[in-house]
This record gives sequence, C-alpha cells and structure tokens, in this order.
Amino acid sequence: MMNWTTPPYLLDGQASVRRVMLQVLVGLLPGIGAYVWLVGPSILLQLALATISALAGEALMLRLRGKPLSLFLGDGSAIVTAWLIALTFPPLAPWWLVVVGTLFAIVVAKHLYGGLGQNPFNPAMVAFAACIVSFPALMSQWPALGLKLTFAEQVSIIAGLAPRIDVMSGATPLDAIKTALKLGEGTVDVPTLLATQDVFGNFAGRGWEWVTTGYLLGGLWLWQRRIITWYAPLGFICGLSLLAGALWLWNPQGFASPLFHLFSGGAMLGAFFIVTDPVSGCTTSRGKLIFGFLAGLLAYTIRVFGGYPDGVAFAVLLMNLCVPLIDMYTQPPIFGMKNQR
Amino acid sequence: MLAQLFGFKGGVKPQTNKAPSVQLPIGQAPLPSCLFVPLHQNIGGAPNPLVVVGEHVLKGQLIGGADGWVSAAVHAPTSGTVLAIEEHVAAHPSGLPTLSVVIEPDGRDQWIPRTALDHRSLAPERVREILRDAGVVGLGGAAFPSHAKLTPARAVPMQDLVINGAECEPFMTCDDLLMRERAEEIVRGIAIFRDLLGAKRVLIGIEDNKPEAISAMNKAVLRLAEDYAVVAVPTRYPAGGAKQLIRVLTGKEVPASKRSTELGVQCFNVATVYTAYRALAHGEPVISRIVTLTGNIEQPRNWEVRLGTPMRELIALGRPKADTDRYLMGGPMMGFEIPDLAAPVVKATNCLIAGSPALFPASPPEMPCIRCGACAEVCPHELQPFELYWFSRARNFGKTQEYHIFDCIECGCCSYVCPSHIPLVQYFRFAKSEIWSREREKQAADAAKARFELRNAREEREQAEKAERLAKAAAARGSERKPAPASAAVLPPTVEPVQPVAAAESAEAVSPSDPDTVRKATIVAAMERARAQREAVKPRNTEQLTVEQKNEIAAIEARRAALKPEPAAAQGGRADSATSQERPGE
Repeated sequence: MMNWTTPPYLLDGQASVRRVMLQVLVGLLPGIGAYVWLVGPSILLQLALATISALAGEALMLRLRGKPLSLFLGDGSAIVTAWLIALTFPPLAPWWLVVVGTLFAIVVAKHLYGGLGQNPFNPAMVAFAACIVSFPALMSQWPALGLKLTFAEQVSIIAGLAPRIDVMSGATPLDAIKTALKLGEGTVDVPTLLATQDVFGNFAGRGWEWVTTGYLLGGLWLWQRRIITWYAPLGFICGLSLLAGALWLWNPQGFASPLFHLFSGGAMLGAFFIVTDPVSGCTTSRGKLIFGFLAGLLAYTIRVFGGYPDGVAFAVLLMNLCVPLIDMYTQPPIFGMKNQR
Repeated sequence: MLAQLFGFKGGVKPQTNKAPSVQLPIGQAPLPSCLFVPLHQNIGGAPNPLVVVGEHVLKGQLIGGADGWVSAAVHAPTSGTVLAIEEHVAAHPSGLPTLSVVIEPDGRDQWIPRTALDHRSLAPERVREILRDAGVVGLGGAAFPSHAKLTPARAVPMQDLVINGAECEPFMTCDDLLMRERAEEIVRGIAIFRDLLGAKRVLIGIEDNKPEAISAMNKAVLRLAEDYAVVAVPTRYPAGGAKQLIRVLTGKEVPASKRSTELGVQCFNVATVYTAYRALAHGEPVISRIVTLTGNIEQPRNWEVRLGTPMRELIALGRPKADTDRYLMGGPMMGFEIPDLAAPVVKATNCLIAGSPALFPASPPEMPCIRCGACAEVCPHELQPFELYWFSRARNFGKTQEYHIFDCIECGCCSYVCPSHIPLVQYFRFAKSEIWSREREKQAADAAKARFELRNAREEREQAEKAERLAKAAAARGSERKPAPASAAVLPPTVEPVQPVAAAESAEAVSPSDPDTVRKATIVAAMERARAQREAVKPRNTEQLTVEQKNEIAAIEARRAALKPEPAAAQGGRADSATSQERPGE
C-alpha cells in the first residue's frame, strides 16, 4: 500500500463491520434469554457448536482464498450466521446437524459466492432450507412442551449418546394447527384448538410467544440503534398480517389470527434479523419495503398452504433472487431531480 | 429574524475542533522574504504575466491579466522587484509546478493609486469588469471568478441571494473570524451583489455553532438598516455546501445540470463578499486572504496572509508540534495533503491544518462492502454511493453515469461513515477522471477521423489537378515540336485525371523526347507529398510547457525561419496550423 492518505481525513471512529455485527448479536440476546428459560441451556450448547463450526469454516475458507485471517475472522459476520442457524434449528437436534448446517452456510452459501458482502442468498436460510430438505425428520423434532430434562440429559441427546425419546418429538404450534385441521376434516376449528390444546399460550405458541417477543424487542433496539431501518421489518409484518388478516376475517374458523402468525415460528426473527440482512436484501428504501412485504406474503403462503412447518426460509431465499430487479426499479430520485418523473 | 428552514437529507456531524483557532483575533502575517504568486489561482482561463523580470512593482499592481471572461486577474501582494517568472510548486495535491511571479518585497509595502467607487454610480457591466480585474473569486475554496456568477438568468427572476457563512468544515474558522471582526464591510459588500443580480431577498446562512458571528452580522445588518435575514442553520456537515445551504434557506434544490440562477437563486461566500467590497469601495484588489492555521500546533490562529506567502513561513508562525506528520490545505473532509511546503498560499487556501497520527488516525484496513446503505443515508445529494462504488470498481463507467456520478460533490460523508472503511470518494474521483479522459479521447478520435478524411479528399484533388497540369504542359510542348499524333492529342483528357501515375505515363507516351521534365515534375510532387506528411506527423506538444521549453521552441522557430527565408516561412505557417489541429489526436 502507498503511504498516501486521501480525504476525508476524519473518519467516524465508531463505524466498523465488527461493531455492526456485534450489535446484531446483542439484539438477539433477549430472544435467546427467553429461549433458555423455555427449553433450558441446550440452546446455548447449540449456539456454541454453531459458533465454533462457523469460525472454523470461515478460517478454512479464508486460508484457501488467501485472505487475511485476523481481519476477517474478527468481523463477527460468521457468528451472526451461526447464531441464526442455531436459533432456527430444533434445540435438541443432534450435534452434527447444526455443524453440517453451519459449515454449509459458511463454505457454500458465503465463501463460494465470494465471501463477506458477496453472497446473494442469506447463508443461515440456505442452511435451514438445505437441512429441512435433507433431514426433514430431524429438523421437525421439537421438544414437547413440559419436557423437563436436565442439562446432562440434553447434552447426551445432542451428542447422540441417549436415545431420541418420543416425548421429545412434539410439534411446533404452527404444525399443530395444520395437522389438527387436516386430521379433523372440518370437525375442528381454530378457536377451539387454541383454547383447548396445551401447546397454545396467550396469543401464540405457549412459551414460544415469549421467545418471539424477545426477538421483537431486540429488533426494535437495533432499529433504535440505527443498525437496521424499519422498511423491511414493517414490510414483512404487513405482508404477513395482510394475508393472515384477510383469510382470518373471511373464515375465523379455518385460519389463525395475524397475531398468532406474527408470534409463531420464525416470523419475528425473520422480520428483524433475516429480511434486514443488508448483503442479501434490497438496498433502497422502497425496495426494502417491497422485499419485506413479498417475503411476508410468501412466508404465510408457504407455512399455511405448503408442506413445511414454516415458510420464512424459503420466502427469504425466493425474495433474495428478486433483489437486483427490485433495486433496479426502486432507485430513489436524487437531489434536485425529484420533480422530473 | 425568523425564516423557515428546509433542511437537507444526509450529512454527518464530525467533531468540529473549531474552538482552538478562535481564541485570538485575526493576526497580520509578517511580510515573507519572497512571494511566489501563481498566475493561475482561479477556475477558468490562466492569466498571462504582464510584468517582466527585474521590473519594480507596487502593491496591488496587476501582474496577471484575466484571460477571457471566466478568469480573474492577479496582483502583486506588496511592492518589490520581480525576481523571476518561473515554474514554482503549486498549492495542489499533485505538487506539480505552475507559472508564478516571484517578487522580492522592498519592505515599503507601497500601494498603487487606489480609487474608491460606488457601484450604484456604475453600469453593471463595468462593476463586473472591475471585480474581474480586481481578482475577486470564490474564497470558500472553489476560486470560481465571482463576476461570472453575477448575471441573472434571462428567463427567471432572481429571488434570493444566499450569503454563505456556514463554514461547515471542521477546524476551519476563517469565515467565522471575518464575520466577527468585519461584519459591517461584509454587509456593505452584499449590496453590490444584490444590486447586480436584482435579488429580492438576501439570506445570510451561518451554522448555529457560531453565535458570535451571528450576533456580529445581525448587529451590522441593523446598524446599516438593511433588510437582510441572518439565519442560524443547524450545524451539520456539509451545510456550507452551496447547494445544501440554498436548500436549507430557500427549499430549492439545484441539480447538477443547472445553474442556481436558473432557479432564481445565487450563493456567495462571506469572504468573497468582503473582497468585492474592498475592491470597489477601496480600490484594493485581492492580494491577501484570511487563513486558519490550526491543528497540531502550539498557537492555532487566523492570519491575514498575503497571497504567494510560502506555506512553510506561515506555518512557522503557529509553531508545529514535534509529532506533526503532514499538513492539509482546506478542511479535513474535502482538503488535501500538501506535498511540498514551498507551495504558496493562494486564493483557495482557506485553512492549513497540521496533522498528527493522533489527530487523523490512519484508516483501518478496507473491508468488502456489506451493502449496509450507511453511505446512502448520509449522502447529501441522495445518491447510492455503494452502487457507484461497485460500478466504479468494475469500471462500468456507463452505469456510474446512469447512477449520477457527476452529481457527487465529493463531500466525503460516505467515506466518513463507511463501516468497511472503503475510500469511496477516491473511487468516484477515479471514475470521473476516467470518464473525462475517455470523453477527450473520443472527441480527439472523431476530430482526427474528420481531419483524415478531409486530407484524403484534398490530396486526391491536388493530385488530380497536378496530373491535369502536367498532361496539359506535356501536350502543349509536344504540339510545339511537331504536330501531335491524333491519338496523343485525344488521349490525355480521356485518361482518368485522379491517377497521377497514369497521367505521367501518358504524358511520357505523349512526349518521349522530353522525359526529363516529366520525371522532374513527378519527383518534385513526391517530395512535396513526403514533406507534407513529415510535417503532419511531427509531434508538437503545445500544452503544459515550462517556460524553458517555450523559450527553446521560440528559439528553434526563429533559427528555422532565418535558414529558409521564403518557402520555410510560408510552409511553417501552414505546418503550424496543421499540427495545432493534429495535436489532440496524439
């Protein structure tokens, strides 16, 4: 490098990629806290596993690509991917599942596309999609509510030392509704289900509603810190609520309320931590709104009418494909050219 | 006075660091041992030297005359002797030399006769001429000749005159101190600009971190019973950019493609207004300016400095600290590093900052862009800097223009906030200069093509004419000697006249008895062509020549003229015009 400096000579000393990523991790903490309270410390083990795999995969790929390890390993982007993977995978999934998912995200979805800033698809969502397609059974085994396991028991399940007991394979609230409606063939209705089944809480899945509230709070904090803008989350929430609300108003017996959908599954995590991913999302304000809105519509469609328990991952990946197009058509008018349209 | 503020999008709030340099009043910088006054201190045409080496000049004497309308004169900053007119390092990031008048002061500081004028008693055209000949240029840093901005647009009535006292660059306080100390002269000067433009309203914008300047200006406006509005604008870089200040004060957005007068508004810096007033009311041309000397020095302060003062001598007044590792001219956001302190203070030198590693830490290593959009949020022209960055990097210059790269004012806000520490402004400068140079190349290529076609046509015509002449001459000679054979008499005119060889052959066939004349004529014609070609391709660089080179060329031309009195002079003239056209194609 030349020893020659260029203007501006003043830089915002605070701004760095690492700082952005660390704040995203902090934003995840409220949700993680609720998660630990709900299912126990096993999620922390999964987070650790994912983090280590991500850093290992990152180091390997950086070495292969001849990039400076010290600079990129510390940027925190791999850890964000790792945490999002751990939080979307079942908490008692076998250890190798989260490791394989994370490595796939870092090696294939991130570095094979050019590394930091170059990946067209959200790496965490690529991992989720790849794993739910490859290991549908394992990816659907969620701990049944009220399952009280000690940390040692959780560790041995994750490590594969203990048998994966049946009681563990509960359904997620979203799955529970879908299955019940399908099995009931018109004899059951959503309000009764929500009122009678144990798996439902005050406004969404029992317990899970607080985890998603945690994500909402963390997301609002990120917005207040100006790490994310409101366009994509609001678009996503609107898209999801609009479709959910329309169907719910039309047939309250057959469809759950928008509130239920917003606080179930990956909706809140998706709204504040996934559709806001700057690298794989839209860059213009209007583009972010459209991106979020369509992702919300798609997520609802897939989770209600599709074969998978949740639709956020596929919705985001599909929308990632549309990003260049949306960005191209939503370029804002510049200073002095606002009346020339 | 109250006025509705409009605000502009984007902008950043760096540490202003203005306090150290406003503790002392403006000081008079001492007369330096030698002044190096560059002739080209403005945007536009470079003034020509009007003095000769050895000549004694007076303070304020014209030493460089404005070259064309968009140009401004240059004057001797003190009385003394012209030691040289030579290339001297310029106040420019390149550190390249520029033609400068070197003046050794005689210490008497003796003025030229000055006449005070009232602009109201003069024709507007005369006032503009006076401003041009007094060297009044934009002192905010751009150095654009002010008189060229003082003509209102024909179709649009002039609404607002914006006076820029915002001074948004960190560290810089020269306008602040000028407003504090010389508010009355500024307010008097505004009338000149207002009357020339016929502006209905005058708005003086000052950032709200300068309460002393605001109060001084307010008092001056009251004292002189003017109806100008002194408006405190929120402190946010780059509020002092002309387009940003116009937006904040009037709500009008001036696009890059338009002049502000087309929207009925014009903007001048307070220091420019001050110099315009001095030029008219006191007959004093621009020979000095206020320079903020600050940064890593013992005594930060504003100095009134004679133009041409070597920066080294000025900086010594502030006593730089030991760990000073560089000097910036201009502010830290848009200024540049001075490559050589021998460079003189010029009209654009508003601030000199001594830098240290602590003051301006090295930028952390560049990371890939993560498309976070922080740059787009702070861009005052509402561009998408990250898009421009990708297109510049990919050398996709067409796309950079589609995304409005020429609307970028290089304010540096994007680089300032970039979490990946990408020197975005540098990428944009690179793209702009590449586009300019390609544009020039294309124009040159088009011109060369047109010239080439023209020359081909001319040569064909000349050859045809020559062949015809030769054939006629041969035919005439042949007929003199003996009655021409019937075939020969008819043949020449039927031979295609554009083929000289065929014509010559036919001529030979006509008069085999006289081949010498024909051969001689052919040889002369060939030599003529070859010489013309040599002349045409002879490289001749007439731009950016040093004085020595120019002198050398003049000497060579003189010798050449002496050697070949008649044809050389005639040919030389032709070759000159041909090669001067040829030059852009090289």
